[in-house]
Amino acid sequence: MTTPKELKYTKSHEWVKAEPDGTVTVGITFHAQEQLGDVVFIQPPEVGRRLKQGDECAVIESVKAAADLYAPVSGEVVAVNQEVSDKPERVNQDPYAAWMFRLKPSAPAELETLLDAAGYEKVAAEDKH
Amino acid sequence: MLATIGARSIDELFDEIPPELRAPPLADTLPALNEMEITRLMRDRAGRDGSWLSFLGAGAYEHHIPAAVWQIVTRGEFYSAYTPYQPEASQGTLQLLYEYQTMMTSLTGLAVTNASLYEGASALAEAMLMAVRAHRSARRIVVPRAVHPAWRRVARTIVRNQGIELLEAAYDRETGQTTPAALEAAARGGDIAAAVVPQANFFGVLEPVDELTDWAQARGAHVIALANPVAMALLKPPGEWGSKGADIAVGDGQPLGAPLAGGGPYFGFMACRKDLVRQMPGRIVGATTDGEGRPGFVLTLQAREQHIRRSKATSNICTNQGLLVAAATVHMALLGPEGLARVARACHANTLDLVSRLTALAGVRRAFSGTFFHETVLRLPRPAAPVLRALKAQGILGGLDLAGDYPELGHALLVCATETKDAGDLARYAEQLARILRKGTRRSTRASRSR
Repeated sequence: MTTPKELKYTKSHEWVKAEPDGTVTVGITFHAQEQLGDVVFIQPPEVGRRLKQGDECAVIESVKAAADLYAPVSGEVVAVNQEVSDKPERVNQDPYAAWMFRLKPSAPAELETLLDAAGYEKVAAEDKH
Repeated sequence: MLATIGARSIDELFDEIPPELRAPPLADTLPALNEMEITRLMRDRAGRDGSWLSFLGAGAYEHHIPAAVWQIVTRGEFYSAYTPYQPEASQGTLQLLYEYQTMMTSLTGLAVTNASLYEGASALAEAMLMAVRAHRSARRIVVPRAVHPAWRRVARTIVRNQGIELLEAAYDRETGQTTPAALEAAARGGDIAAAVVPQANFFGVLEPVDELTDWAQARGAHVIALANPVAMALLKPPGEWGSKGADIAVGDGQPLGAPLAGGGPYFGFMACRKDLVRQMPGRIVGATTDGEGRPGFVLTLQAREQHIRRSKATSNICTNQGLLVAAATVHMALLGPEGLARVARACHANTLDLVSRLTALAGVRRAFSGTFFHETVLRLPRPAAPVLRALKAQGILGGLDLAGDYPELGHALLVCATETKDAGDLARYAEQLARILRKGTRRSTRASRSR
């Protein structure tokens, strides 16, 4: 299981990347896509939507499950990755490159509450059954 | 068997349930009967079934079902098959459902259909829930008063607890139609998620579906077409309404091969635009290829169903009306689009004929001027209920008394003549109605004297 050290993570298996312009991009981890199986559909949040940390904001559907994504930090949705929405299989092929949406954080301090790679690996290990 | 598992009685198997939670035996049920006794009982009960010359429509219609339909559908493979939970192992069942879905998309003019819902009224409720989900902001839906009153009640029961408000739109007293102005008045200037557009409406009147569809879509609302499937073989299907077509189409499939029986079982159909498919409840059969490239059928988009998505599912429905759908598929295959259109035309012609014979009688008038499909409302010179009783005594089901649901229409009767009626039947109805209306006063005097 790969867990890039430079990213942050949530207990709900999202990864978060701090971008140079102050926004964050969000995707799902290797472990998450492995558990889901072949991803067939992504319903991202609408651009402009304001989210609070923990809000349900997107749905990702595989052949056998439909899972909610939760906002890792509070903020406004400023972009959606159309390429990944159009080709959801990218999430399985390269989960850490397949960002789904971009947020402009409204409370940057929340980024400190996220898990680091080691912390996430513990969560993922417990999750495997 | 009880001895094998070491239990003394069936009741002992329910020991774990606390006594205060156990239901008492059902009142008024007979003790267990053997096959001979139950056959006698059922024969006796069946002997009390009436056999009527029926002019009753109002949501369930007497149509001729070719004998081959139920011959085929009572084959064990269709008759006893339950909803497949390992669906890919039931390729025959899935193929039939796929054919059904294909026929319904053709009939409705919309891109995708599900494998059916329970019946028309709950299908309407499901369409409302779907429209609200898809709309994402408004939770108000405009529903014409000219939609079947029982269906409106069912829909309200189902959607009320989800905070969805149904707004009633009036019908035009002269034509019996619903106008865009009436829908606008019902919407009271606020946002709406959907408008229900019936075709034909409960009065049998044909609605101006293009204008109603365009009005709703200009308002940012989804159009839920509520359509009679036989009418759709003749009229413009929902997918072609207005400039963009209806968004969702639902209705009751009873007219396609289901006998009237005791009011059911029937089935609900639902079709929608391709981009709404993920919001559509119910099972959906898809065609695909297996690992070796061979064609086959699957249940698809299941991640939206409740056995996977649980409380966030599109619906809690996890089955379909397999047997009735099998009958409808065979029925539609036997009739074909031309046959179904001929049935529709024959119904329309018969109702026109019936109406001209009945309105020739003194005091009997059409209630509405709008064109009708195969049923219409007549105004009688007297309350409909005693007239219907007198007709029933002559073996005729004269129609539906509208006094309960539409008191504003006065002495109103909804009559329907399907293709199953011939000129003799229509003549008999007219004769009996004439006699009853003439003799009405004398009969009631005689009755009070004899008491």
